[in-house]
Amino acid sequence: MTDTTPAIGLTRDEMARRVALDIPDGSYVNLGIGIPERVAAYLPEGREVIYHTENGLLGMGPSPELDEGDPELINAGKRRVTALEGASFFHHADSFAMIRGGHIDLCVLGALQVSQHGDLANWSTGESDAIPAVGGAMDLVAGVRTIYVVAQHCTRAGEPKLVEFCTYPLTGPAVVDRIYSDLAVIDVTSDGFQLVELAPGVDFAYVAQRTGAELLPLRGGSLRGDA
Amino acid sequence: MIDKRAASSDEAVADIFDGATVMVGGFGEAGSPIELIHALIDQGATDLTVVNNNTGSGEVGLAALIRAGRVSKMICSYPRTANSTVFPELYRSGRTALELVPQGTLAERIRAGGAGIPAFYTPTSVGTPLEEGKERRTFAHRDFVLEYGLSGDFALIKCRVADHHGNLLYNKTARNFSPIMAMAAAITIVQSGEVVAPGEIDPECVVTPGIFVDRIVTVSNPAQESQLVAQGASYP
Repeated sequence: MTDTTPAIGLTRDEMARRVALDIPDGSYVNLGIGIPERVAAYLPEGREVIYHTENGLLGMGPSPELDEGDPELINAGKRRVTALEGASFFHHADSFAMIRGGHIDLCVLGALQVSQHGDLANWSTGESDAIPAVGGAMDLVAGVRTIYVVAQHCTRAGEPKLVEFCTYPLTGPAVVDRIYSDLAVIDVTSDGFQLVELAPGVDFAYVAQRTGAELLPLRGGSLRGDA
Repeated sequence: MIDKRAASSDEAVADIFDGATVMVGGFGEAGSPIELIHALIDQGATDLTVVNNNTGSGEVGLAALIRAGRVSKMICSYPRTANSTVFPELYRSGRTALELVPQGTLAERIRAGGAGIPAFYTPTSVGTPLEEGKERRTFAHRDFVLEYGLSGDFALIKCRVADHHGNLLYNKTARNFSPIMAMAAAITIVQSGEVVAPGEIDPECVVTPGIFVDRIVTVSNPAQESQLVAQGASYP
């Protein structure tokens, strides 16, 4: 997949890099499918993070070269991966005990919609002829302490993904802590969406216009956080 | 003397009956017991309820069983996979029913089924459409839903090494659901790449203790689903 430069805002890889900056050293992290998967490639030097994949591996490493690796060593997206030194394999009940039991520190997921209350919809558009498929998304949001969403600010049709109330079926209510979009970093607070950081070349009005709920402006401080 | 080896895949699956609940190990192609599934297709049992995380791909293994019209119901978390076309067609035409279960809830239901736990409460799915029709209860100010343990008449699983007692070692992420399915099924049938004498597996390393295993078949060079799909293979 090529990563074409958008007219304004971050590319998908820049979004992944921005998320990676906020992953604390020593965390146990689960990365969802899509842009979240790319986050691992951008972890800042000097930090060690252990990646969990819910199909039964802690210590997941990068994908091997094409046609290499083992078809029975895969990630949750069913892509071949590697196991780093110190890795462990386990069965599904143990894997989801790690998730549901609150042992995974951080999860990065994609989204169809996020509400101002932190409700997440990311598994179904609710269309009647669609084959419903949920995987581990509901377990992850119910059990992992911190949930980051990384997603385009708007759909391809230009509809905001950040909304007052989700219209798509929920993955979980009040679960999202922070959103990293191509336009901004936004926290979900008890007062609603709080702007934390704007992407380079993007101003508040531009983001607010493309957000389907009230967006609270920056509260002083630098525009780029710790980036 | 305990020796759980069966002469062939055909012999091992011979008593799977119409209407049985069959748990099938594997997450995507990792751990999928293709040879046992193909033996089940040959055997002819029908009206099966199948428990698996997915619904197979291409026209081999689990997808072939579904395509042959043997599966009346799937219990799974993610019936959509690359190259998965068989299940969607049968689901849309109403010929195969679907019970959609969040992946962790599916795993815990199977674990509970094998551990003698009839039901449990979980936070997963609270406030979502998958909570519908389930009992909700609050513990320490948090809501949970009631889920029931799940057991099977048979489990078909794949491993790397087995001994005659049924102690098992798996291959990497091919382990996935197999250890808990072995616990949850009345009869657990294993295809193993290698079968060794008791004592050859270090007891400290055994993943599935033999008590959960009933029959073992040696399949030394198991087919790999993605390879068969790439070749355009179709079973039978």
